[in-house]
Amino acid sequence: MSDTLVDARGLRCPLPVIRLAAAAKDLPAGTELTVLSTDPAAKHDVPAWCRMRGHEHVGTREHRAGGSRDEDWDGWAVTVRLG
Amino acid sequence: MSHATPADPARSTTPGRVYLDNGGRAPWHPLARQAFEQSLADGWADPRRLHAEGRRAARLLDAAREAIAAVLGARTQEVHLTPGHTASLHAAVASAAAARRRAGSAVVVGAVERAAVLHAARLAGGGSAGAGGVAGTGGSDGTAEAPGPVPVDRFGRVDAEAMAVAVRAPGVALAALQHANGEVGTLQPVGAVHDAARAAGVPLLVDAGASVGHVAVPDAWDLLAADPADWGGPAGIGVLAVRQRVRTVPVGPEDEDPWAPGGVSVPLAFAAAVALQAVESDRVAQEARRRALVERVRAEVARIPDVEVVGDPDGRLPHVATFSFLYVDGEALVTELDRHGFAVGSGSACTASTLEPSHVLAAMGVLTHGNVRIALDRSTTADEVERFLAVLPGAVARVREMLGVGGL
Repeated sequence: MSDTLVDARGLRCPLPVIRLAAAAKDLPAGTELTVLSTDPAAKHDVPAWCRMRGHEHVGTREHRAGGSRDEDWDGWAVTVRLG
Repeated sequence: MSHATPADPARSTTPGRVYLDNGGRAPWHPLARQAFEQSLADGWADPRRLHAEGRRAARLLDAAREAIAAVLGARTQEVHLTPGHTASLHAAVASAAAARRRAGSAVVVGAVERAAVLHAARLAGGGSAGAGGVAGTGGSDGTAEAPGPVPVDRFGRVDAEAMAVAVRAPGVALAALQHANGEVGTLQPVGAVHDAARAAGVPLLVDAGASVGHVAVPDAWDLLAADPADWGGPAGIGVLAVRQRVRTVPVGPEDEDPWAPGGVSVPLAFAAAVALQAVESDRVAQEARRRALVERVRAEVARIPDVEVVGDPDGRLPHVATFSFLYVDGEALVTELDRHGFAVGSGSACTASTLEPSHVLAAMGVLTHGNVRIALDRSTTADEVERFLAVLPGAVARVREMLGVGGL
């Protein structure tokens, strides 16, 4: 489980990445953050942000409303570890 | 519509404007305009009729196909005219795949092909035409009846080895690989992929819509689609060359011309051919001139903080440059540049009619937001490029300021 959750659901690109970067700003290396996004660009742009900033993209999980985990939103949870 | 008279009659952008979005729809070459006017006078009749007017139109149409064939390195009878580039790609995929129904129905495609190719491939392969978006690589749509697109590297270059393996799989009807990607400029390994496809007995469709008129035409193809609107000819006409050895089956209702049911416009065809001859005549010089400008753009843009200059630095089209700015809203940046007189393209989601960003940028794994794409026309001057480079850093900074991203 991540240390910090950034809820960027409902926000359009590039805001999910900006919210994530703002949350990561003062956190120490090794911290894990997960950003929740309903904007499909985030699943591409968060890994790209990691590469540009020297962080690690841990993984991306797709959420589907009515799916097996009984979630109520469509989107992605992208987890990163700060470098 | 502005009716101001610009200095160059071939360009009717408003004075003071700099148009840098010439990919797929460039201003007409001045000789294309002349040819169009001439063939309106001489070639307005239906070329299928037997009277003198019809025969005159037919002669212009034949001349157009002959001239296009000469540039493409094809026989005249191998060159077909279509209603446009998208129609060429749709028909090429459908007709070539239909002819190989016994071998299978799968169409192997690169991940950064044009949407028209991806959609036509999905339809030919038995998928629904409109369902879902265009998948990039690594998609998790577990329905594996058709092979996924062949992945690309960070530069957008298709993995030739993976594509060679894919074309050898059972059930493959056709392979499709673009000559160059029009969004990021990267040239594709069409030679190696054509060798592999030929060895497997699979025809290769090469989408050369972004490259013909700008770089030398490859000879590694079985079907080749080229786009007059991209080389300074008119829109509303397309070119599809099919080698005589390649079997195709018309997929629409019966028509005298299955590639363009009802026939094409002779003046458009003639203007397209004259434009192609004209751009080929000084292509090498134009290639070098624009390549130098694009190299300057890529180097200067790379100095702006937090930018990814995307596409292959060397194996690329000479006139296309693409870059993505971190923490920048693509729509806001296009609007900001437009306000300052510069028209540019973008692959960012917020500039498209859908939420999905460019499948090309996504497949490459580069930043999809804050994206700007420029394609230099033959008429684009060094001064216009310098003015763009002078304005761009400030425009990026203003958009970032609006989003309050300083220090991130």
